Amino acid sequence: MTVDRRKFVKVAGLGMIALAAKPAAELFGKDIEHVPAGTAHKLDVDHPKTAKRWAMVIDTRKCRENPDCDACINACHDVHNVPHFEEKDEIKWIWKESYHHAFSGDDNEYMPHDILHSNVLLLCNHCDDPPCVKVCPPKATFQREDGIVMMDWHRCIGCRYCIAACPYGSRSFNWRDPREGLENKNPNFPTREKGVVEKCTFCDSRLARGQLPACVEVCPHHALTFGDIDDPNSEVREILEQNNTIRRKPSLGTKPQVFYIV
Amino acid sequence: MIEKALHGGKAYWALIVVILGVIGVGVATWFYQYHNGLTVTGLNRDVSWGLYIGQLTFFVGVAASAVMLVLPYYLHDYKAFGKMTVLGEFVAIASVIMCVLFVFVDLGKPMRITNVFLHPNPISMMFWDTIVLSGYMLLNILISRVALDAEKKGIAPPKWIKPFIILSIPWAVSIHTVTAFLYAGLVARPFWMTAVMAPRFLASAFAAGPALLMIFALIIRKFTKFDPGEKAINRLSIIITYSMAINVFLILMEVFTAAYSGMPEHLDHFKFLYTGITDANGVTHTQMVPWMWASSILALVSLFILFVPKLRKNHGLLFMACAAVFISLWIDKGFGLMIAGFTPTPTHQIAYYMPTLPEWLIMFGIFGIGAFIITTLYKVALTMRGAVK
Repeated sequence: MTVDRRKFVKVAGLGMIALAAKPAAELFGKDIEHVPAGTAHKLDVDHPKTAKRWAMVIDTRKCRENPDCDACINACHDVHNVPHFEEKDEIKWIWKESYHHAFSGDDNEYMPHDILHSNVLLLCNHCDDPPCVKVCPPKATFQREDGIVMMDWHRCIGCRYCIAACPYGSRSFNWRDPREGLENKNPNFPTREKGVVEKCTFCDSRLARGQLPACVEVCPHHALTFGDIDDPNSEVREILEQNNTIRRKPSLGTKPQVFYIV
Repeated sequence: MIEKALHGGKAYWALIVVILGVIGVGVATWFYQYHNGLTVTGLNRDVSWGLYIGQLTFFVGVAASAVMLVLPYYLHDYKAFGKMTVLGEFVAIASVIMCVLFVFVDLGKPMRITNVFLHPNPISMMFWDTIVLSGYMLLNILISRVALDAEKKGIAPPKWIKPFIILSIPWAVSIHTVTAFLYAGLVARPFWMTAVMAPRFLASAFAAGPALLMIFALIIRKFTKFDPGEKAINRLSIIITYSMAINVFLILMEVFTAAYSGMPEHLDHFKFLYTGITDANGVTHTQMVPWMWASSILALVSLFILFVPKLRKNHGLLFMACAAVFISLWIDKGFGLMIAGFTPTPTHQIAYYMPTLPEWLIMFGIFGIGAFIITTLYKVALTMRGAVK
């Protein structure tokens, strides 16, 4: 399987043709973005980042120290061609929410003022037991073996059952043509059509090329850590052992894989 | 048999033309929505299901309610329902078709609808809902067709149809149970995550469906020679009375559980519906309050008329009570239930949703298709029985 895929990418540079001809699950479910011809050798496709279970730790202390920093949000939305629309048609993969709303019910009015009035980064939790995957009628959203909750934008029928099922508000629907909300398109990542749901992918396509997720890589304050939570020697495990972390709505049993240091 | 729908008087054709006009407007609006995307609706990132899926929920109930005639007539040999039963089955057929259309117009990618069958996901309740709904439609088409055929020939329906009739009874219960499971199994939506959802759906269905049928029966009785019989009307109104009473009881159970426990994630949905709710910025949102109190008042008024035998037996009042039942339940289940499920949102924010004009027009277009099916099928049945020419 892996060998086939590597061969395919090498032979390629024909990403464009592949995009048109290959079933969507192969494009988005596995790894290939359409890499412009001739640049494939610069990307470390021979050493994709792999893990048994991907997870992320967000150090909200560092975010609080830099309340105006939007580096991760801008990087993510630029890389993934996330359009800019006003609230009604809004699409967001990673965004800021007030602590009160991000951890609704777990806050209290007497907690440190700077925490209570701070913003917290939210994104798809890539749950171990994802309710969105359970409900999707045509299996357009699915979970990979490494835990990433993926979407096949060519299969999605736009029923939005996954949005109803997600307890974190992590999913957005393309109410209108997203290309109308894009000023500069990133040619290395597909745009979507109106009528499908989308969300954070933990940068599966960057992982496949040996890169870290865009938000993690771009963060100037090293607030985001990404790694294999199944590997006891990984950085995420080290951070989780040394810090008290919380997750959003753990009582729901979805087992979110995004951890927060408060 | 169906050719009888092609011959009718002026009034019949005038009705057909009006219905076709409403359908035409709906279809044109759907093309507008298809071209521009669902942005033309009031739906948004927070309230992602609204009027359309509300109608699906409501009309699955209307479809299921045919069982309230089928069960007494076939299982208990309650002869008085003889003339009404086939009319109930026709309402069921029209309702299921409307349900399918409401799902269709809600889809972002309607042309991919076959993906549901090409890549079925048996853990998804939507998969099971598709199966039970299509099965129910086929059962009702088969049963009503065979029954009418037999009636036309003046003979008893063939024996082989009986197992299908018996099967249609639990099947009717299943369609609304599975529809309740669409919502009741979602960990993200505390308002819907209640074991009472399916029973409440059934109770409201067995009130709203027969109420609609009663309205139809009283209208055609007035304009044709068709008479369902006083006994049938009485019995049906008692069915409506108790189903409505049970439904109101179950709603009150929900209110008690939420209010007495005081858990914000349960209670706040009810506040949003009945009292208005204040958000973190101090803004109070009351857009649902007039709707829900209208629903509550209509429910109480209808129950008063229905419970007093003297009032209930007056056909004018009965008609009004049935209309009140239907509108009350439509607001509660076809509108409020959906919106309150999404509000407050999972991040406990108060979202805003009101259907837009295109949404209403598309909804009425689909109602028109339902009305067209019912009108033509009733015409066939009534012509056959010599009630109209």
